Amino acid sequence: MEAISRMRARLCALCVVALLATPSCTAPVGETTLYADLGGEAGITRFVTEVLAISVADPRIAKDFDNINLVWLRDHIVRQFCELTGGPCRYTGRGMYASHKGLHLATSNFNFFVEDLQIAMDHEGVPFPTQNRLLKILAPMYHDIVTR
Amino acid sequence: MGLRTVTATAIRWRAAGLAVIVAAITTAAQAQAPAPTPPPTPPPAAAPAPSVDLFDSGKLLATSGVSQIEGAAGGGLTPWALITGYETRDAIGANAHYTFVHTGSYTLHSTGASIGLFDRVELSYAREIFDTRKVGGKLGLGNGFTFNEDVFGAKLRVAGDAVYDQDTLMPQTAVGLQYKRNDQSAVIHAIGGKSAEGVDFYGTATKLFLEQSVLLNATVRATRANQLGILGFGGDRNSGYSAEFEGSAAYLLSRKTAIGFEYRAKPNNLSFAAENRWLDVFIAYFPTRNVSLTLAAVDLGDIAGQRRQRGVYLSVQAGF
Repeated sequence: MEAISRMRARLCALCVVALLATPSCTAPVGETTLYADLGGEAGITRFVTEVLAISVADPRIAKDFDNINLVWLRDHIVRQFCELTGGPCRYTGRGMYASHKGLHLATSNFNFFVEDLQIAMDHEGVPFPTQNRLLKILAPMYHDIVTR
Repeated sequence: MGLRTVTATAIRWRAAGLAVIVAAITTAAQAQAPAPTPPPTPPPAAAPAPSVDLFDSGKLLATSGVSQIEGAAGGGLTPWALITGYETRDAIGANAHYTFVHTGSYTLHSTGASIGLFDRVELSYAREIFDTRKVGGKLGLGNGFTFNEDVFGAKLRVAGDAVYDQDTLMPQTAVGLQYKRNDQSAVIHAIGGKSAEGVDFYGTATKLFLEQSVLLNATVRATRANQLGILGFGGDRNSGYSAEFEGSAAYLLSRKTAIGFEYRAKPNNLSFAAENRWLDVFIAYFPTRNVSLTLAAVDLGDIAGQRRQRGVYLSVQAGF
């Protein structure tokens, strides 16, 4: 299991490099999607990378990321956000309940991460109304993610 | 090594501090990935100790609302279904507030405190001091005559979640009551009021529409109160309860700032002076979870014979 995730991480790292090297490979989609408003895969990758950096340095929730491969996590979140916002990606990871239940997260853990995500999107220049359109999609995940 | 260098240079980070952290994450994760041995860190944090912080201040910024004029969590004039304090369902929160309202003829001070229990129950107290300034003299009560009222409030959150339930139209709902006791019984009876104390009962629904960055609230209050109860309860025109609508709409400008307006219908129980609906336009600023500031322009209509009481509303709230 660990070996697989490590392999995945390696592959993901390669994917990220490939994507960053050729940003134009991101398929252009209709101007109206939230995906486009977030800056496509490159834009999403920027603020997801940043929120993980903020969160692992946030004493309130840093522990929640112990023993987690952050590159692997970043790649999963990016693909999930991409799919949820109308982008050309397919999220193939586990569901939110299955992937979080072992963490025994409380409401405050969830909210502190949301706050870090807002700060990351602020830093990356995502307009506040656009941030809220993403949060609207993510908010109902609360019921699956928070199990404590 | 080459891989790492490419990654590090390809990504452009705006904040230098973050760049260091991110680079560390990326390098560490990649360096760790090919190693066939298990992760070097033994599991001190592996057992997720459910150490719940009783004062977690874990709600999202601004989602505790502000303290309304009678002490409940809400907007400025009307209670909302949100529970005071920044506690989540696992914890306890609290707030203290001071509110100053200054119109053409009157000044109202409201000072109070509230406790939120597990984001479910809210208990509040507010002391309202209504200064009649020169009007007191005209009415034969003396300049600067004050009506003082204690308001004890309780609110129970019933169902729904204003923030998380973005996939349904279901709002967060709550029911509450406010027991009010005024210290000017003799004056109240002299102007036609029936009682110096009374209880308001209300039901309230609050919903955040994240897609539009809009928060809406609707409250229905059963009340006998004249001007919040400052002029007593019940009157010669109508001594019983009436159901009054109160509404708020807010637009979120940022994580920390909201603007909006409120409407509060009121009874008209006393024949000696008409009572009107209240209105305000507000801006609320939440720099941190520990403090908020609200500034509003209010139109309180006619009060005790003084026409068009318009003015300023300032409120500061502190808590966790």
